[in-house]
Amino acid sequence: MRRVIALVPVALFLVLAAYFFVVLQPGYDPHALPSAMIDKEAPAFDLPGLRDGKALARDTLRGQPAVINFFASWCVPCRQEHPLLMRLAATGKVAVYGIAYKDKPEDSTRLLDQMGDPYRAIGIDRLGRTGLDFGVYGVPETYVLDAAGHIRKRFVGPLTPADIEKELLPLLRTLGGS
Amino acid sequence: MIVELGHFCLILALCVACIQATVPLVGASRRHIGWMDTGRTCAFAVFALIAMAMAALMHAYVTSDFSVVNVIENSHTDKPLLYKISGVWGNHEGSMLLWVFMLSLCAAAVALFSDNLPPPLRARVLSVQGMIGVGFLLFILFTSNPFLRAPNPPANGHGLNPVLQDPGLAFHPPFLYLGYVGFSVAFAFAVAALIEGKVDAAWARWVRPWTLASWCALTVGIAMGSWWAYYTLGWGGWWFWDPVENASFMPWLAGTALIHSSIVVEKRDTLKTWTILLAIVTFSLSLVGTFLVRSGVLTSVHAFATDPARGTFILLLLLVAIGGSLALYAFRAPKLQGGGLFAPVSREGSLVLNNLLLSCGCATVFLGTLYPLFLDAMNGPKLSVGYPFFDRTFVPLMVPMIVAVGIGPMLAWKRGDLLGALQRLSVAFAVSLIAGLILFYMTYGGPVLAVLGIAIAVWLAGAVITEWADRIRLFRMPLADSVRRAVNLPRAAYGMSAAHFGLAVFVAGVSASAFSQEAIEVLPVGGSMRLAAFEIRLQAMDKVPGPNFSADRATIVISKAGETVATMYPERRFFPLQKQTTGETAIRGGLVADLYLALGEADAAGHWTVRAYWKPIVSWIWLGCLIMAGGGLISLSDRRWRVGAAARSGRGAAVPAAGE
Repeated sequence: MRRVIALVPVALFLVLAAYFFVVLQPGYDPHALPSAMIDKEAPAFDLPGLRDGKALARDTLRGQPAVINFFASWCVPCRQEHPLLMRLAATGKVAVYGIAYKDKPEDSTRLLDQMGDPYRAIGIDRLGRTGLDFGVYGVPETYVLDAAGHIRKRFVGPLTPADIEKELLPLLRTLGGS
Repeated sequence: MIVELGHFCLILALCVACIQATVPLVGASRRHIGWMDTGRTCAFAVFALIAMAMAALMHAYVTSDFSVVNVIENSHTDKPLLYKISGVWGNHEGSMLLWVFMLSLCAAAVALFSDNLPPPLRARVLSVQGMIGVGFLLFILFTSNPFLRAPNPPANGHGLNPVLQDPGLAFHPPFLYLGYVGFSVAFAFAVAALIEGKVDAAWARWVRPWTLASWCALTVGIAMGSWWAYYTLGWGGWWFWDPVENASFMPWLAGTALIHSSIVVEKRDTLKTWTILLAIVTFSLSLVGTFLVRSGVLTSVHAFATDPARGTFILLLLLVAIGGSLALYAFRAPKLQGGGLFAPVSREGSLVLNNLLLSCGCATVFLGTLYPLFLDAMNGPKLSVGYPFFDRTFVPLMVPMIVAVGIGPMLAWKRGDLLGALQRLSVAFAVSLIAGLILFYMTYGGPVLAVLGIAIAVWLAGAVITEWADRIRLFRMPLADSVRRAVNLPRAAYGMSAAHFGLAVFVAGVSASAFSQEAIEVLPVGGSMRLAAFEIRLQAMDKVPGPNFSADRATIVISKAGETVATMYPERRFFPLQKQTTGETAIRGGLVADLYLALGEADAAGHWTVRAYWKPIVSWIWLGCLIMAGGGLISLSDRRWRVGAAARSGRGAAVPAAGE
């Protein structure tokens, strides 16, 4: 029995070493965040609206491409990307919707009062259920939906001007945004 | 020329280390005194050679010798001298050199202070250290040579990452490495003992001071890193449970368990195989910590994707060092003689509990750090493990431990009297209960767990004082006699009390962080916001030049009830060379509370994001760590280490059981 117990540490270590060996294989990238949802229908949601009670539901978004931005007032990178969203919304070409992720409605409202409101409608995802359905890894995250309501692109982290110019806008053009 | 000399010294060190790794080992098994003594000579020689290599690299940095690739990549003529020096270990190659330098320093120290060690044991210990040295010198010379010359030297270098240009971080790696590498001594002793097939109280007595010293260095190193994170990163947080931090925390937990379990080996000649295993595991975790994190396997594989040779080499090294020692353990440990028996409720029993909880804690951190990556390697779902995981798993393990830390030292060896100990601790319990209730009343509706945490901290502090008072029979005999007892109490006892008291201070600081308040607002110049009882007004913004950066400095006036209490200057620094911006927080505080300001970005309208935090007794976190490390140092100064193991058990238990 003592002999068997003494073998446990070395056995555990060998498992660990095998794992490190896998990790070291070239081409393995721990930072890649592939979305299992790409090209699939967006998960259904029907969220209470933040301002003037206008609710946000998946099925009402159909018919034209939409950009859905998960944000929160407690998230500093969100504040960082906020001016970009404002500029994007100001062009009038893109329908940007917001989902206030795990945030108190009054805090979200205060953020929008301070920094402006780029969203056509905002859903309150108080418990983060919708975020969970989408597979949100951390806020901010931005999804592009086509007119049929399928997820076509996911941006993890704050959008950059390059993201918008080189990826988001060209994609929307191919999707035939209004 | 000097650079080539440094390179040459390193190669020569490798050759000498090869001798150190083999000759004394063979000598020990053949009982050949001359061969055994080679170990000492070699250890000194390797140390001198690596020190020269280190000096050569430092010279290249200080004189900004841009014909060396490593200097080009990490230094710049405009950089202040301190950061030119700290730049030596602020990169992969240099930090590896620092690592082997520390290793050779430890080996030389073992060689120097081991007159009372039996020659075969000394020879084996030095040989094992030589083997570790060979592995890492090979790694440096073949895959990460800091002395590589550039064919076309540029006029200036790339500079050091601005975030790392900070006095706190300049000294953080040396302490951390001293801690990591110091555990190699315990490891070498454990492997040597396995080869000899003998572990006894004398062995534990030789190992303990080394473990204690490295534990102190690691404690200071981790505390410095956490303090740095607190004041530079600008989030007011001091611990983020990220893989890099966890990698230093795991050896600390295992090392803490080790210093406690080796007490049992020393005093009671039992728990031997466990202690040996802990010594191996502690150093193994240090290895995993230094290499896998420093070199980026855990956080990103990109560093290795470009140079797969490096990763494979490291893995091979770990396989030989950890796998080899654990295989030796599997082979030899069952043959070690068991020691004395003890009742579950006893000093030994409490130390076993301590070890159980600490190693479970360590395993939790290990799982939390590696599980997401493990899952990912299996093509499973992506997930991140952060605060919630550790709050729910690690903290519940530590709460009973901290409570038990108060009781353990009150129990006698072999068979303790739990009821009696608890009776003697009733005052401490009452005080903590009252403190908790008062705090609960004052912060009604606030975080209850934080109140509990502070009550536990008060309990621990009270128990430490009770234990000390008990030992000197305070109020139970004439005061003069008590004072005499206090003076004659061994330093190790004071060391323990201080370290446990430091833990109480630390726990209080950590718990109180739940009471901190924060405010984030976008302020125009002249605007103000409120935080706790303070009004925070952004009075002015100025452009200020620095040596290798330009800064936006905010002048922020803090007032309380209309009266100005402080003016603080948080900054945002732009480093043109790296095109990188860093924040410079402003902290005004002390023992009571910290007021913490960080400046964010400006928006298009010229309004600035200001983050302000009010954090009660947050500085106790680092103060507690320093007291803990200080306790270790006090214990290290105990005369029983100097008297030497030859006079084994001369004075019986140096930490007498209380209340005998």
